[in-house]
Amino acid sequence: MADDKPFTIESFYNFVKEKKLMGGKCRSCGKLLVPPKPLCPECFSSDLTWKEIPKNGKLRTYTVIHVAPKQFQAFTPYAVGIVELEDGAQLPGMIRNVTLDKVQVGMQLTVDFDAEQTTHEWPHWPRYYFKPTHPE
Amino acid sequence: MKGKPLVSIVSAGMSRFGKREELYGRELFVEAASEAFKRCPNLNPREDIKAAFIGMMGESFEHQGHTGPTALNWIGLLPTQAFRTEGACGSSATAIRCGLFAILSGLADIALVGGVEKMTHRATAEVTEYLAMACDFPFEQWNGLTFPGLFAMVATAHMHKYGTTEEQMALVAVKNHHHGSMNPKAHMQKEVPLEKALSSRVIAWPLKLYDCSLISDGASCLILTKPELAKKFTDTPVHIIGSGQASDTIGLYERKDFTSLKAGKLAGREAYNMAGVNPSDINVAEVHDCFTIAEIVAYEDLGFCRPGKGGRFIEDGQSQIGGKIATCTSGGLKSKGHPVGATGTAQAYEVYLQLTEEAGKRQVGGAEIGLTHNVGGLGATGVVNIYSRE
Ligand SMILES: [Zn+2]
Repeated sequence: MADDKPFTIESFYNFVKEKKLMGGKCRSCGKLLVPPKPLCPECFSSDLTWKEIPKNGKLRTYTVIHVAPKQFQAFTPYAVGIVELEDGAQLPGMIRNVTLDKVQVGMQLTVDFDAEQTTHEWPHWPRYYFKPTHPE
Repeated sequence: MKGKPLVSIVSAGMSRFGKREELYGRELFVEAASEAFKRCPNLNPREDIKAAFIGMMGESFEHQGHTGPTALNWIGLLPTQAFRTEGACGSSATAIRCGLFAILSGLADIALVGGVEKMTHRATAEVTEYLAMACDFPFEQWNGLTFPGLFAMVATAHMHKYGTTEEQMALVAVKNHHHGSMNPKAHMQKEVPLEKALSSRVIAWPLKLYDCSLISDGASCLILTKPELAKKFTDTPVHIIGSGQASDTIGLYERKDFTSLKAGKLAGREAYNMAGVNPSDINVAEVHDCFTIAEIVAYEDLGFCRPGKGGRFIEDGQSQIGGKIATCTSGGLKSKGHPVGATGTAQAYEVYLQLTEEAGKRQVGGAEIGLTHNVGGLGATGVVNIYSRE
């Protein structure tokens, strides 16, 4: 499927629009490329295929941001963390639908997707985020 | 056995760090360069200096790029060849590396290396946004991460894995402000009590205001020569005897271990090997304390203590002046200030003062071997240099 799509960040976010997290997989050495990269940094092959990243994972580390850049000031304080998904891929993302003091390393999280971005400026990427797998 | 000199520092200069109103980067650089020229009367700058490497992180601050010739224009060094180096907060440590490449290749016998950044005229939100450019944009910044936020995630991971505490992190701030109170060029020359550091407002949990380094203006530089020429310029050269640099992923999320900054660790290993010294031989060190947790991680990455024991190392007073390895005697980025592009050569400036016994009230008695550890962004660039007096 879709292996004609270039293994780029733009493609990753085009998949996010379809509510999917997709990474590259090197056909030559098997390395998972999240985010997708056009060249396998392990074996230098460009023989790649797309692979869907599982939606569930666990939180490896996190922070609660109180001082944010302008475009995020409306959301403070908010939690952001790095999630290890079930296939070992890691992605950073906001953790929403959670009481901030309930956030902890090791908690089970599931990816979800924002409605499409409406901004007119670059970049036009939609956002994925994480929420507790087992709601409070 | 102690390694042989690779290059020699024959002079050094640093502007006062802080909120330097109405001065732009190039004017701050004049302050640093004039000091270096004045210290070295046998140097004829325009004749002798064959290349200049100047670190600066961002054009956004001053709407000004093309730092190399701009700086040389203001310090009277035209038409010498000039290069700008960029490695985020490690920009001027990479300038030192370029100086090594230039001198050791034989293309230049004498080089000026330095760095500069002008930041305080911008609002904090703007500075936060510009500094974040040193980190991954499409995944990390895009999801609301900031620079403090990323180091906060290193802290959370360190606390989770090793039991490091917020108090241990705050002790780094207390120590560095104590050291900075003895540095007349530091941005913030006053003590900060532990309770004050611990109760300061949260920036990105678990990091609070006093866990973060300062937003500062400043410039710094060194004059490097090949060792054979050093004595022509000074009786007290400081030699770089080991040097290393490495790179890591731009995004923290691509790494397996969040509790160590691998590029800094590899750079350290390379520098120790080249210098032929061990961590226990180091008397003074300037490490990259952009956030207090980063200094704790640096102790571990540089082998000052074992992994996970960094919290204990600060708690036991091992890194203060009088301790096992006097660390950030200048006050560090935390108290001396962190004009990002100027930091790498400012660390070397402090070690130069310590090894030539010019560090005043904060002098470490009998210091013979020094180390600087400068990382860029979230450690995507790591540079370590080791220095020795004659
Ligand atoms: Zn491969």
